[in-house]
Amino acid sequence: MLKIEARGYESKFWRYASPILALLLTGATSGLIFVAMGRPAGLTVYTFLIAPLLQQDGFQALVVKAAPLIMMGVGLSLAYRANVWNIGTDGQFTLGAICGGGVALAFPDAPAWALFPTMLVVGTLGGMASGGLVAWLRIRFNANEILTSLMFAYITQYLLVYLVTGPWRDPEGFGFPQTALFSDNALAPRLIEDSNVHIGVVLAPLIAIGLWFMLEKTLLGYQFRVLGQATRAARFAGFSENRLVWIAMLISGGLAGMAGLLEATGTLGQLTTTLSPGYGFTAIIVAFLGRLNPLGVIPAGLLLALTYLGGDAAQINLGLPNAVTGIFQGILLFYLLGCDILLLNRFRWVSTQAKAVR
Amino acid sequence: MTGLLVAFLVSTIAAATPLLLAAIGELVVERVGVLNLGVEGMMLAGAIAAFATANETGITSLGVVAALVAGIALALLFAVVSLTLQANQTATGLALTIFGRGFSALVGAGYVGIPAPTLPKIHIPLLSDIPVLGPVLFGHDILVYLSFVILAVVAWAIRSTHLGLILRAVGDSHDAAHALGYAVVPIRYAAVAFGGALAGLAGAYMSLAYTPLWAQDMTAGRGWVAVALVTFSAWRPFWLLIGAWFFGALMYLSLYVQALGVPVPSALLSALPYIGTVVVLVLISRDARRIMLYRPAMLGRPFLARG
Repeated sequence: MLKIEARGYESKFWRYASPILALLLTGATSGLIFVAMGRPAGLTVYTFLIAPLLQQDGFQALVVKAAPLIMMGVGLSLAYRANVWNIGTDGQFTLGAICGGGVALAFPDAPAWALFPTMLVVGTLGGMASGGLVAWLRIRFNANEILTSLMFAYITQYLLVYLVTGPWRDPEGFGFPQTALFSDNALAPRLIEDSNVHIGVVLAPLIAIGLWFMLEKTLLGYQFRVLGQATRAARFAGFSENRLVWIAMLISGGLAGMAGLLEATGTLGQLTTTLSPGYGFTAIIVAFLGRLNPLGVIPAGLLLALTYLGGDAAQINLGLPNAVTGIFQGILLFYLLGCDILLLNRFRWVSTQAKAVR
Repeated sequence: MTGLLVAFLVSTIAAATPLLLAAIGELVVERVGVLNLGVEGMMLAGAIAAFATANETGITSLGVVAALVAGIALALLFAVVSLTLQANQTATGLALTIFGRGFSALVGAGYVGIPAPTLPKIHIPLLSDIPVLGPVLFGHDILVYLSFVILAVVAWAIRSTHLGLILRAVGDSHDAAHALGYAVVPIRYAAVAFGGALAGLAGAYMSLAYTPLWAQDMTAGRGWVAVALVTFSAWRPFWLLIGAWFFGALMYLSLYVQALGVPVPSALLSALPYIGTVVVLVLISRDARRIMLYRPAMLGRPFLARG
C-alpha cells in the first residue's frame, strides 16, 4: 500500500521541484484530454505553448498579456501569505478601469503630462477603495472576505455594463456597448512605438521586486509571514492583525486597479462590457504557481499569459474552443496544490501484510 | 393581483431551488468540518452534464443522473487533493471552481443556443387545480419537490440519528471522533461526495428547468450565494429554506421590476442579489460570538491521523 509519511522537515529540493512536477503533470493530463478530443497531443502542445511565441511580435504580445497578471498575482501572493483570501481581483481590476477611464472621458483635452498620471493614480485608488471596503467589512463586521470580494466582482461588472450601455455610451458608437475612444493623451505611454508594449510591462516586474523586498527584508513583511504561518504567535507578538488585513487588501486591490487601468489604456483604448477575460481567477493561479513569492510570480505570470495566447492559437488553428485555457488552468492549480504534499511528506510503499506483534 | 402574487411565489420557489439544493449539500460538507468552495464549479459541471445528456438522449432523467455523476466526480477530485494530499481547502475549492468553469465551457462549446428537453411539471389532479395554492405548491417539477424532501431528511438525519451524531462529531472534534474509532477521512469523503451530488442536481435544475439552455457561466455566482447561505443559516438546515426563498425573491424582483419598465437601469437591478448577499453576510456575521457558537469547530482544518 502507498503510504504518506511525514518527513519531519521541509524538503528544499521539493520546494522548487514541486511546481515543475505540477507543470509536467498538467502537460501530460492536458495531452490526454486533447487525445480524447481527437487531436494529436504533440501538435496541440506545440500550438498551445510554442506557436504563439513564433508568431510575429509573439514576445511583445506575451509581455503585454503578462503585465496585469503579474501585478495582480504579486498583490495576491502578499495577501494569501497573511491568510487574506481576496478572490475578487476581477472587481478591483474593473473598478480601477472605470475610475481611471472616467477621468479620461471627463477631460479628453487635458495635456498628456497631467492626464495619464492622474488616471493611473485614480485607477489605483479605485481598486484600493474596492479592496478597502472588503477589508473594512471583514474587520468591522467579521464578514468573510472570500464571499464579499467575489460578490463585489459581480456588482462591479454590472456597474460597468450599466455605464457603457447607459450614461457613458459613445453617442457616435452606432449603439455598441462601449465608451468613446480615449484621447491620445489618456493612453498608457508606449515603450516601443506602434506597439501595445506599454509602461505596465516595466512597472509589473518593478512592483514585484519592490514587494519581494518588503516581504522578505522588512519588519512589515515579517509580520505578514508570521500571521500566515502562525496566527497565534502573531497575536502574542502584538502584531495587529487588522492592520495587516487592511494593508493586504489595499495593496492587492490597488495593484488590481492599476492593472485594470493599464489594460484599458494600454490595449483597449476605451471601456467595453468585458474588460477582464477572467484575469481575477488566473491571477490566483499565478500567485500559487509563483509559490506566493513576488519574484516567483514573474515567470508564473509569463507562463499563464502564454496559456491565454495558446488558447487563442488553439481556437484559430485547431478549432478548439478557447475555454481550453480555463481547464488547463484548473488542472494546473490542482496539481500545484497536490504536489506540495511532497514538501513535508514522502510516499512509501508499505507492505499490506500484518506486521509482527511487538 | 392574485395572478401577480401567484407568479411571484412560483418564480421565487423556482429561483430558490438551485440555491437550496447546493446549500444543503454544502451544509453537510461543512458540518463534517470541510470547506468546499468549489460549489460554483460543481454546479456548472452538473448543468452541462445534464444538458448535454438530455440533449443527446432526449431523456431528462438521464440528464439528472449525469449531473449527479459529474458533481460527485468533481467533488472527489477536491477530496483527493484537500483530504488525502492535505492541501489548503480554500485554495483547493477555488481550483475546483476554476476547473469546473473551464470543463463546462469546453464541453458546452457545442451546445450553446440549442434547446434540450425540459423537466416536465408534475400535475397532481385536484391539488394542482386549487386556486393560488395549487400552482404555488403543486405546480412544480420533480427537483423542486425533491429539494424539500432532501432538506427534511438531512435536517432529521443531522439532528436525530446516529449517523448525524457521527457527522457532527467529525466536524466538531475530529481527534475525538478518531479516538472513538470513526474513520474521519472516509466520512469526510462521503460528505464531500454528497455535497457534489447536490451541487450537480442544482446545476441540472438550472439547465433543464430554470433556464433550459446552456450558456457559459450560466450559474452566475449562485454557487457562491449557496456558500453564503450556509453561513446565513448558522449551519441549521431549515434556515437554508428561508435564506433561499429570500434570494429567490430578490432574483425574481430584479427581473420583474425590469419587465414593469421602471426607470431603473436593468444592469443595476441585476446586481441586486449580489448586493443582497453582501448585506445579509454583514448582518449575520457581525455577531462573531454567535457565529463561533454554531460554526463546526474543525471547519477548514486538515486532519492528520497520528499513530
